[in-house]
Amino acid sequence: MTKQTQTSAELTTTEKVAFSLKKRHRKEKRFQWMGRLAIGFGFMLVLILLTDIFIKAMPAFHQHWVKLEIDYRKDWMKIDSSESVLAGEGSYRTTLKKSIYQMFPEVKDRKQKRSLFALFSTNAEFTIKNYLMENPKVLGKKVDVFVRLDDDIDTYLKSVNMPGEEFSRVNQAQAGWVLELFELKRIEKRWNTSFFLNGDSRDPELAGVKGALTGTLLTMLVTLLLSFPLGVAAALYLEEFAPKNRWTDLIEVNINNLAAVPSIIFGLLGLAVIINMFGLPRSAPLVGGIVLTLMTLPTIIIASRASIKAVPPSIREAALGLGASRMQTAFGHVLPIAMPGILTGTIIGMAQALGETAPLLMIGMVAFIVDIPGGITDPATVLPVQIYLWADSPERAFLAKTSAAILVLLSFLLVMNSIAAFLRKKFEKSL
Amino acid sequence: MNSSTLVLTLLILALFSYWLGIQRSLKVAGGVSRARLLVSLPRQFGLLTGFWCALPALIVLLLWNAFESQVVDSLLISSFSQDIQALPNSELGLYLNDIKILAENLSAGLSSEGTESEKQQAALYLLNIQNNSAWIRTALILVIAVASVAFVVSRFSMEFRARAELEKIVRWLLLASSGIAILTTLGIILSVLFESIQFFSAVPPWEFLFGTHWSPQTAMRTDQVAGSGAFGAVPLFAGTLLITFIAMLIAVPVGMMTAIYLSQYASAKIRSIAKPMLEILAGVPTVVYGFFAALTVAPFIRDMGSLLGLSVASESALAAGVVMGVMIIPFVSSLSDDAINAVPKALKEGSLGMGATQSETIKLVLLPAALPGIVGAILLAVSRAIGETMIVVMAAGMAANLTANPLDSVTTVTVQIVTLLTGDQEFDSPKTLAAFALGLMLFITTLALNVIALKVVRKYREQYD
Repeated sequence: MTKQTQTSAELTTTEKVAFSLKKRHRKEKRFQWMGRLAIGFGFMLVLILLTDIFIKAMPAFHQHWVKLEIDYRKDWMKIDSSESVLAGEGSYRTTLKKSIYQMFPEVKDRKQKRSLFALFSTNAEFTIKNYLMENPKVLGKKVDVFVRLDDDIDTYLKSVNMPGEEFSRVNQAQAGWVLELFELKRIEKRWNTSFFLNGDSRDPELAGVKGALTGTLLTMLVTLLLSFPLGVAAALYLEEFAPKNRWTDLIEVNINNLAAVPSIIFGLLGLAVIINMFGLPRSAPLVGGIVLTLMTLPTIIIASRASIKAVPPSIREAALGLGASRMQTAFGHVLPIAMPGILTGTIIGMAQALGETAPLLMIGMVAFIVDIPGGITDPATVLPVQIYLWADSPERAFLAKTSAAILVLLSFLLVMNSIAAFLRKKFEKSL
Repeated sequence: MNSSTLVLTLLILALFSYWLGIQRSLKVAGGVSRARLLVSLPRQFGLLTGFWCALPALIVLLLWNAFESQVVDSLLISSFSQDIQALPNSELGLYLNDIKILAENLSAGLSSEGTESEKQQAALYLLNIQNNSAWIRTALILVIAVASVAFVVSRFSMEFRARAELEKIVRWLLLASSGIAILTTLGIILSVLFESIQFFSAVPPWEFLFGTHWSPQTAMRTDQVAGSGAFGAVPLFAGTLLITFIAMLIAVPVGMMTAIYLSQYASAKIRSIAKPMLEILAGVPTVVYGFFAALTVAPFIRDMGSLLGLSVASESALAAGVVMGVMIIPFVSSLSDDAINAVPKALKEGSLGMGATQSETIKLVLLPAALPGIVGAILLAVSRAIGETMIVVMAAGMAANLTANPLDSVTTVTVQIVTLLTGDQEFDSPKTLAAFALGLMLFITTLALNVIALKVVRKYREQYD
């Protein structure tokens, strides 16, 4: 027995351990709870993020239309035959205004008239024009035509339980008129198809994502066409052919460093070299695609190399033993086996490129573009940049549009990542 | 022909050459039945011919396009009268631009009335050069394509080693593809460095690095009052560090605890739910986080602040930092997971065998052993946070305040790069060039952090492998 245990005040080691055990187990519990809390925090964030965007996006998928009684009077239209209708002539703005004032005869004051006219979308005159061009026979008659409501009124109808209540950007008279129209059952809620069929617009009720989606598709096409062959070729060279020398080391170090360079730096590269030196057009999907290619190449190369490395050496040895050249072995045997893994890496790289915004701001894809791009050298914008632009807009209705555009972007990413996960599973099985 | 039709034509020609190569090789062999007497397969002859058709022509086309505008400009300038040639560079550039716009209008059929006849003549001359250049290019490319096909086909014989030549070409192509990484790095360094040197010739480097006042709006005209143009970047560095620090306060504890719990405690079922959850956080585009920060988190923090009687800026550093931290959680967690899993099992089992509880094992054995890997992970996360753009562009402010108060609005290096470079630019003003100087700083910082992190991680790995 040692000295320590002989004194009664001191305890044996076993007793010490036994006494401290409770405290230690408490600590253990606490530590575990910290871990659970961290994971719970993550879950909560995902949940908040997604529900927040989802709730904000909901109003964007519906739109309110109003049935107006349009009087296509010949003296208002200043035309008298259906030929001139088809030729696109006629003063539709006047007709629209006068028809509206006819529906609300009690409005006399000019200021009142202006705020009445502001209930309807600026696009309404084109809606009634299209209607007449499709039905030229109604010229000179009174007909009901559906037109869009202005975005403020649309937001108002979506936010209040019952028209007529007060709301920040709608004055009392306007609220009254909306209530009147509502009680006459002239207001109708419809699916917002223009969100998917229109390009960008300054008017939230007309703005859509088609332009941005087309731009995204074109940009992604350029990125895929450039980055996939280049990435696979580079990975194949580094894994199958490269001699171990300084040059190869330099390439490897470069690829690893490029993978960690902030994306905005690639935008600077694109601006200084691709636009200013080579003179390619600004805002074009071609330039965007090249910049995104340079950015995603490291990802694709690293994933492809891992996948090529995973091909069993016996395959190569068998091919070489039967007399295939190294090139034939690489292209005919190694590459097909590694392909699912390479595709997984490519899709992940493309998903990264799809969500990327910062470098595209640098090369001018941030411009306000209404037209839907037709080719890779047309000015275009992409979905993430569109989200950025809309998020910056002061109009309230753009908030819902932005969230809806985010949902579109996220669903694309979801599809791409699911395909990648599916391919990965297939690859793991085949090896 | 324009570039894209030219490329398309070349591709069609290459396809035709492929077929031609096969036919020629069969003819050399003397019929399909004797094709096996050739040293290489007919297909390889075809591929070789196709490559010969497309490659030299494409390379020439690329070079032509890269240098065309400079040659055309210098030709145009040499046609000007002496006194215009003697103009300073910037005015000469404007003059050139005028003529280019005029030429475009002329070719579009718009009238050019009201412009000086000298300019009109120059524009006509420019149109002439452009027309000629387009013709010469098309002719040159097609001649090169046909000539190289003729050259390679003329060498076909029974002993011609088509496969060896083909593989040599493919090998060079593969090497060239892998060289793009080097070209990209070189391009980044040169472009950023070149513009930065121009910037530093206008603004002394010490003023940029140590100045505490940032207001890049310079006067366009000499008599303008607005902005004196101060380029002291310290407030930007401070703002970047503040937001990065807040992000790390969120990301490091949460990310590490997640990694520890998932690798040491969680059942397979929990892991199979939690891992995809982390992947969702990692896969959300940064612009979405930016939207979330600017429109949900920032107003929330402001409301909470006003409840507590604090004045919070509507674009507070806290909101941007917190959301950035959330974005980085999966990054920290997956890297820490790797570091913890790299610790040999024997260390853990030894500790558990001695009677330590699991948390004691983790805190006293696993984490110290994994420390270099974790430090590397944190460094990489810091580098990620410094370079992150969209969240701060959308949620952090524009005003360059030098403050350590997280409730204030600060601006960052990346925000300033974006604001300086979106919108109108002139490439000789220090305002635009400042963005490239900031880019240089950003590039150097992130590169240094990455190199250090990789060194730390590698050194640590060598101990256990």
